[in-house]
Amino acid sequence: MDIVSVLQVSFAQLIGPSAIFYALLAIGLNLHYGYAGLLNFGQIGFALLGGYGVGIMTVTYDQPLWVGILVGLALAGLLALVLGIPTLRLRADYLAIATIAAAEILRLMFRSTASDSVTGSTRGLWGFADPFTSLSPFDSSRQYNLLGMRFYGDDLWAMVVGWTLVLLLCGLVYLLSHSPWGRVLEAVREDEDAARALGKNVFAYKMQALVLGGMIGGLGGIFNALQTKSINPDFYSTAQTFFAFGALILGGAGTVFGPVLGAMMFWFLLTLPDAFLRQAIAGPDPLLPLTEQQVGAMRYVLLGILIAVMMVFRPQGILGSKRKVQLDA
Amino acid sequence: MPDTTRPDPTPPRTVLGADARAALFAGVDRTPGAAKPDPILVVDDLCRTFGGLKAVDVSHLEIQRSCITGLIGPNGAGKTTLFNLLTGFDRPDTGTWAMDGVPLGRLHPHQVARRGIVRTFQLTKALSKLTVLDNVRLGARHQTGERMVGALLPWTWRHQEREITAHAYELLDRFGLAAKADDFAGSLSGGQRKLLEMARALMTEPTVVMLDEPMAGVNPALTQNLLGHIKTLRDDGTTVVFVEHDMDVIRDISDWVVVMAQGSVIAEAPPDALSSDPAVVDAYLGSHHDQALEFDDEGNPVGATAELADALADAEAQTLEAGGDLSDPDAASTDATATTLEKP
Repeated sequence: MDIVSVLQVSFAQLIGPSAIFYALLAIGLNLHYGYAGLLNFGQIGFALLGGYGVGIMTVTYDQPLWVGILVGLALAGLLALVLGIPTLRLRADYLAIATIAAAEILRLMFRSTASDSVTGSTRGLWGFADPFTSLSPFDSSRQYNLLGMRFYGDDLWAMVVGWTLVLLLCGLVYLLSHSPWGRVLEAVREDEDAARALGKNVFAYKMQALVLGGMIGGLGGIFNALQTKSINPDFYSTAQTFFAFGALILGGAGTVFGPVLGAMMFWFLLTLPDAFLRQAIAGPDPLLPLTEQQVGAMRYVLLGILIAVMMVFRPQGILGSKRKVQLDA
Repeated sequence: MPDTTRPDPTPPRTVLGADARAALFAGVDRTPGAAKPDPILVVDDLCRTFGGLKAVDVSHLEIQRSCITGLIGPNGAGKTTLFNLLTGFDRPDTGTWAMDGVPLGRLHPHQVARRGIVRTFQLTKALSKLTVLDNVRLGARHQTGERMVGALLPWTWRHQEREITAHAYELLDRFGLAAKADDFAGSLSGGQRKLLEMARALMTEPTVVMLDEPMAGVNPALTQNLLGHIKTLRDDGTTVVFVEHDMDVIRDISDWVVVMAQGSVIAEAPPDALSSDPAVVDAYLGSHHDQALEFDDEGNPVGATAELADALADAEAQTLEAGGDLSDPDAASTDATATTLEKP
């Protein structure tokens, strides 16, 4: 068994573009759930609007890429407003229901044949990322070797841009969470009425958090569209939101770097057993009697077990504070 | 923040000595809705119903400035609902109320708070995952860093934050919580949470403080401590309204007492005159509380006791006829019995 190659494949996922996408989703969710206590189960819907904003504006309407990016961000922010106005005055679970429904509705609308002329329905959209890749200093056709991890030039460029973005957003979250604004947000999470009694406009704070987190989710969608150079409606399925939630809980909700570390660990832990199992079934004398498809399913089982074990022994996530979690009881 | 409402600058505080307060209330009628010499809060025709139940039905009420007004009444009298209405946490069916002549109806809770009325809650709301210090700092008003854009420019609010922190430590010192400043509020004991909630409320520099059962579940030593803090508040010129059940506490610190029962104000009086007010005694103990039960040699009730027993039997019969269940204490039967018994 080739342990080194297993580790190389796994570490490539640790810092790869997928980790960036889920890190962006999870940073947004962290603002919602970790700081403001809002349950957004439709984060992927915000990413969908971000991605399609880029795709539709550039492919369908022939606008420059930067217009698409701005439209994508604006649409994600608008979705937050539209969902927030009716639900933020209600209990947290209403927002959860509204967001999960909105994300599914959006996906179904964008993949429907009725919107084919704009969204490309199930075929999706592609061929819009050229202005992005043309900025790349790396050679698109070359594979670069990073400590034995192999990345194509375009992926490497996406990773440079993506991680820069993630770091900038971490800085933003750090500034916000260490400010009086963040203090009010946490107070809202703990007890809305107490915040109201002290003169804080709870609705406005929740709305600000929802819009900001949603726009960061939209940014995730934009990043994903540019990195994969295509948009497919069925990529934006509900499961993605829960992967992002998994990453957030794993890393530690309510911490600045928790969602980032969580997203990295999530992909690492997903790839590690996968790579091991693939090694174990390869060759003329396989260690395990499994087929390729079974390995694909098995890795989610193993990841599930890993996360479950983690939650038992470290319920606050990797970076969370145990004291805070215990105060819930 | 989109909401740009700015409270008026804090009006000058009137500080009254004990004699001044006594003199002030000497001329006040001891009737529900009596006019006060210098009311800060005036409530008119306030009504709130839950289904068919009139939770609050106050035709007129005035709260005297810079004094401690105790609000008492049996459970379900509508005290907390009145608090919720006055602070914007609940909406009345009808009615107006005003602070210093400025109407407060139809305002959101945070707008009421910004106008200088701060409240605490019957079930203490410590923000458990914030530190004790952050709990108190949260209370400060006009924080530049509480705007989202301002938050990103730390140099714009750092100076203010230092002042707020210093003020917060002063308050924590005063309430004996300074040593706990860096602990999570969730780790405090019940009594310490009450103190914290009060310190946090004071951080808003309120004109009126409304305390909903500040002594509930607090040990006697801490009760004395809390009482001292409430008196200090008044002596600083703050108007205090508080809900309390303990008559000794009421007698100790209130300058004036408002008694509520079944949603209405049934009596107003200075604390030492309370026990002689028949309406208060009735509301707390029931009209028959002092009536001895009389029985003849065979154990049958006689006199007034016999009438009472008949009334009970009638009510029971009525309930059974109406298909009620006597074993269910919440059913209409109890109401029927009660109403029958209330008749003198």
